[in-house]
Amino acid sequence: MIPTLFISAVIIFSFIHLIPGDPASVMLGEQATPEQVEALKEHLGLNQPLYVQFIRWLGNVLRGDLGQSVFFQEPVTKVIASGAETSLWLASISMALILFLGIPIGMLSAIKYNSFWDQAVSGGAMFAAAVPTFWLGLNLMFVFAVVLGWFPSSGFPSIVESGDFTHLRYLILPAVTLAAPNSALIIRLVRASMLDVMKDDYVRTARAKGLSEWAVNLRHVFRNSLLSIVATLGFTFVALVSGTVVTETVFSLPGIGRLVVQSVLRRDYPVIQGVILVIVLLYLVINLIVDILYTYLDPRVKYDD
Amino acid sequence: MLKLLQQLYKRKVAFAGFVFMVALVLSALLAPWVSGSDPLEINPIERLQSPSASHWFGTDNFGRDTWSRVIYGARMTVITGLGVVIFAIFFGVLFGTLSAYYQGLGLVLMRIVDVMMAFPSLLLALVLVSILNPSVINVIIAVGITYLTTTARIIYSLTLKLREEPFVEAIISAGAGHFRVIARHIIPNLISPIIVQATFIFAFALLQTAALDFLGVGLPPEIPSWGNMLTEARMYITRAPWLLFFPGIMIVLTVLSLNLVGDVLRDRLDPRFQDDVG
Repeated sequence: MIPTLFISAVIIFSFIHLIPGDPASVMLGEQATPEQVEALKEHLGLNQPLYVQFIRWLGNVLRGDLGQSVFFQEPVTKVIASGAETSLWLASISMALILFLGIPIGMLSAIKYNSFWDQAVSGGAMFAAAVPTFWLGLNLMFVFAVVLGWFPSSGFPSIVESGDFTHLRYLILPAVTLAAPNSALIIRLVRASMLDVMKDDYVRTARAKGLSEWAVNLRHVFRNSLLSIVATLGFTFVALVSGTVVTETVFSLPGIGRLVVQSVLRRDYPVIQGVILVIVLLYLVINLIVDILYTYLDPRVKYDD
Repeated sequence: MLKLLQQLYKRKVAFAGFVFMVALVLSALLAPWVSGSDPLEINPIERLQSPSASHWFGTDNFGRDTWSRVIYGARMTVITGLGVVIFAIFFGVLFGTLSAYYQGLGLVLMRIVDVMMAFPSLLLALVLVSILNPSVINVIIAVGITYLTTTARIIYSLTLKLREEPFVEAIISAGAGHFRVIARHIIPNLISPIIVQATFIFAFALLQTAALDFLGVGLPPEIPSWGNMLTEARMYITRAPWLLFFPGIMIVLTVLSLNLVGDVLRDRLDPRFQDDVG
């Protein structure tokens, strides 16, 4: 995990230095005076040798200092924190939708293999995986917010500040948008891994010893297919992040995803670096949890060192 | 090849996907004739017209013909899609085979690939385009890099297996050089999984470039791509819903066709492949 983190730090650090020409003048735009450019260069430490810059940056990151946003003139950590609430709500609601809809639907498809239900679900999942997230979002917005008026079309007032949980209705359309393609993936995954396990000998044994169909499917088939589902959690997280970027932009939600897009358009590289660093960290933590869950779910897996 | 078409024909839906793909490529090639009009021609009098006999898919806010723009969008789709596929496959195969062949190099390269996979692909492409500035080539590179890593991974694990095959050992012991082994014996055995992988990369690339267009960092806005058309349609969502419908449904149908055909190819060409990518 430590080498991985180090390599990601190098990659993230080098983003700013990949910019052709002078990063400071690119960030400030064409109207900037030479004095302003020089001041920003000084501020970002761009006049120092590369390795000094890297060590200084890494040292700051380790102390929790992600630098200063060029646009907001505020610490990057503060800027990221301001978008965290929206993104966390959105991600948790979508994750709940994905797991509580995706897993049972996938299970049922596997149990009723090749039935009409199974074929309808497989077709639906294939379709959902082909729909661009932003197009789905725009369509849902058009039908349910503009035409029917059931939900608000954009924005999200803070729940933490107002304590008003009815604000969650702002997140229903975005959460469905975000959940749809990812549920499709989970459905296909659950179905495939359950079908895989069903062929195993111990499933036949479980049936032969007279267990009910429910017990066989839940305790033996599902539990063993959980392994491959858990293994892809890291991947699901990454897909969810990409989806969040698009969804928050479609529905104008004040979250981290939209922050990244705006920072890219504003060329606010300290913010971009900070957000990507946080995401990579989260990804590594999730993979660590996956490894731990793995040893719990499958006692044969042992990590000795 | 003929057998493959027969196989496709048996699965009606996949065959429909195949036909759609052929039609798409043909209209991309013959865009000036299929479209019937200039996709860039501005005609303020006919702005925001709903679909009719003279404008099959209606017109946009500049009075440009949507049908014509959709056809030229198909051309853009084929260009960027093929670009991404070629870029990702070329470098993916290069890095994948070399990594499997020279283990020291492989250790370093595969570590980097692992790390790259922790970066959400859309975010990576977003940052890369912002660094490189939006243009067709740069969008292809930015999206291609994210699929380069997955391709390199798959090719790496397949090559590792191939290396242990008796026929490869036999060729090496017969005195063949490394280059010869890789070019003449390893890569030809990777063709089937590469073809299958290419269909999926094309599909993802289309979704990804459209998303980049929508976020404002994709192809330059004057290029009629489906993503750019949808981005403009957003402003006229209530007055001209057809502007939202046609480019979107084209993306869906194209991705769906590619995935359907890709599934058939995977089953037909390489049953082992399924195990390798899960």
